[in-house]
Amino acid sequence: MRYVVKKSVTFILTLLLVSLLAFFAFQIIPGDPAIKMLGTQATPEKIAALQDKLGLNRPMPVRYLSWLGDFFFGDMGESYSYHMSVSSMLAGKLPITLTLTLMSFIMIVAGAVPLGIYTAKHKDKPVTKAVNVLNQIAMSVPPFFMGILFTYLFGIVLRWFTPGGFVSYTSNIGGFIGYLFFPAVAIAVPKLAMATKMLQGSLLSEMQLDYVRTAYSRGNRTNGVLYHHVLKNAMIPVVTFLGMTLADIVAGSIIIEQVFSIPGLGRLLITSISNRDYPVVQAIIVCIAVIVIIINYVVDIVYQILDPRVRGQ
Amino acid sequence: MLDVVDLNIEFHDHLIPETVVYDFDLHMDPGDIVGIVGESGSGKTMSALAIAGLLSRHDMQKRGQIVFNGTELLTCERAKLRSLQGNEISMIFQEPMTSLNPVRKIGWQVEESLRIHTGMTKTERYEKAIEALSDVELPEPEKVYHMYPHELSGGMRQRVMIAAAVICKPKLMIADEPTTALDVTVQAQIIELLKRINHKQNTAILFISHDLSLVKQLCERVLVMYQGRIVEQGETEQIFHHPQELYTQNLIKAIPKIVRNFEMR
Repeated sequence: MRYVVKKSVTFILTLLLVSLLAFFAFQIIPGDPAIKMLGTQATPEKIAALQDKLGLNRPMPVRYLSWLGDFFFGDMGESYSYHMSVSSMLAGKLPITLTLTLMSFIMIVAGAVPLGIYTAKHKDKPVTKAVNVLNQIAMSVPPFFMGILFTYLFGIVLRWFTPGGFVSYTSNIGGFIGYLFFPAVAIAVPKLAMATKMLQGSLLSEMQLDYVRTAYSRGNRTNGVLYHHVLKNAMIPVVTFLGMTLADIVAGSIIIEQVFSIPGLGRLLITSISNRDYPVVQAIIVCIAVIVIIINYVVDIVYQILDPRVRGQ
Repeated sequence: MLDVVDLNIEFHDHLIPETVVYDFDLHMDPGDIVGIVGESGSGKTMSALAIAGLLSRHDMQKRGQIVFNGTELLTCERAKLRSLQGNEISMIFQEPMTSLNPVRKIGWQVEESLRIHTGMTKTERYEKAIEALSDVELPEPEKVYHMYPHELSGGMRQRVMIAAAVICKPKLMIADEPTTALDVTVQAQIIELLKRINHKQNTAILFISHDLSLVKQLCERVLVMYQGRIVEQGETEQIFHHPQELYTQNLIKAIPKIVRNFEMR
């Protein structure tokens, strides 16, 4: 119970801090939403009128508190540039980004766990050496570049997908998943390489420990030692890494959505920033923060399941 | 039961091979308690690990014979060796703090040999584990069963190790410095426990230590090792009272004695 209370307090404080930063960042960077919205018709009178309408000329703390109050009661405000409620905009975009994140995360776990185990088990085989070299390369290629390569190779040369031909999940769920496949791979590859290397290293160092010898002395096979004894221990640092990775993918999808023209949260964030569409930007940032905090919370729980030594602390 | 003949262990991790054990010979009958003493690096642990079948580094060579109840352990199939490990031959180690898996429950680890070597059901294994835990005099075995290693003290962990080692009622238990990491009162308790197990189950014990006073309390026979060779062996009484070799004499002289100082108030 104390744990839940402690976590909830941290949760709320973190969100407050994030919202504060998101809010004040836009007070510091230049640009005025009123000028942006009026475009070529911006006369000083019109700007003043619009600023008045949007409440932009109220003092900063007042604006922050009124935004915070509305947000707290579920009203995220209205977008300056689209004249839609922010919550309905997010509701349309969130599933896209979440699907993309989840797909690449599944790829990372499904790839890294078997690869890590295999390469640790056969550490002297040529296959392992090849995997290690590939890993090194994969780690150093940033996702956006991988995305450009994929668009060229699979989209333009091989025509396995149509670049820019995003299919909405509302119309065709299969086509939607299919279109997200390559972006997900582009995000997953470097992380998969890192996670593989980490699990491999973690397994190899665990194999040196005393309890492994004990396990062998009881008549275990190497597989028994590996799966019943070592894996659970070796996963502890990897889970921390996977948690950070998941948070990283949510934030990192912003770039890859841009490369593959996926109308997700990230793309919306970028357009909203350039339009100075404050309500949208703030809502997205808070939304991402919530996701990251939830992920950390889940990692904490998994950590406690894996390692009895951190339980009850 | 156990016959080790001319065991040689060589490391080939360097251009010039290095022999760490020369012509090691040992005979043990069921129920024997034999001690191996010697300083660090004398080859006692290497010999013990070889007998337990736990020396499997690629850069080392073992020659000689280790015959356990008719099976030659150095040349038999791995599956055969594994069927003996934990079942007929078990081992306890120096470091109870690190020799148990930190993320597995005590009960799970104690009954592991049963899970590997017998077809017992879960409840049968549970009962055996509780019995083994109470045999090693752990208080509240039902509670300990569900605990994790970090929740126990060093002495309790070593008892858990012993419980896990004897659960299949092995013919031979190899104890590699089992009390070195423990404090003196706990050491004495563990020695008593090993004696009782030897009595009750007729388990032969190969006890490795550099602590001569413990060897004297526990063992009937002693091998003294120095630089990879057995320099002297015989009945414990004889070795302690009439050591022949200079090295043994020095070892015995090195045992600290408590001299009561009558001048002190």
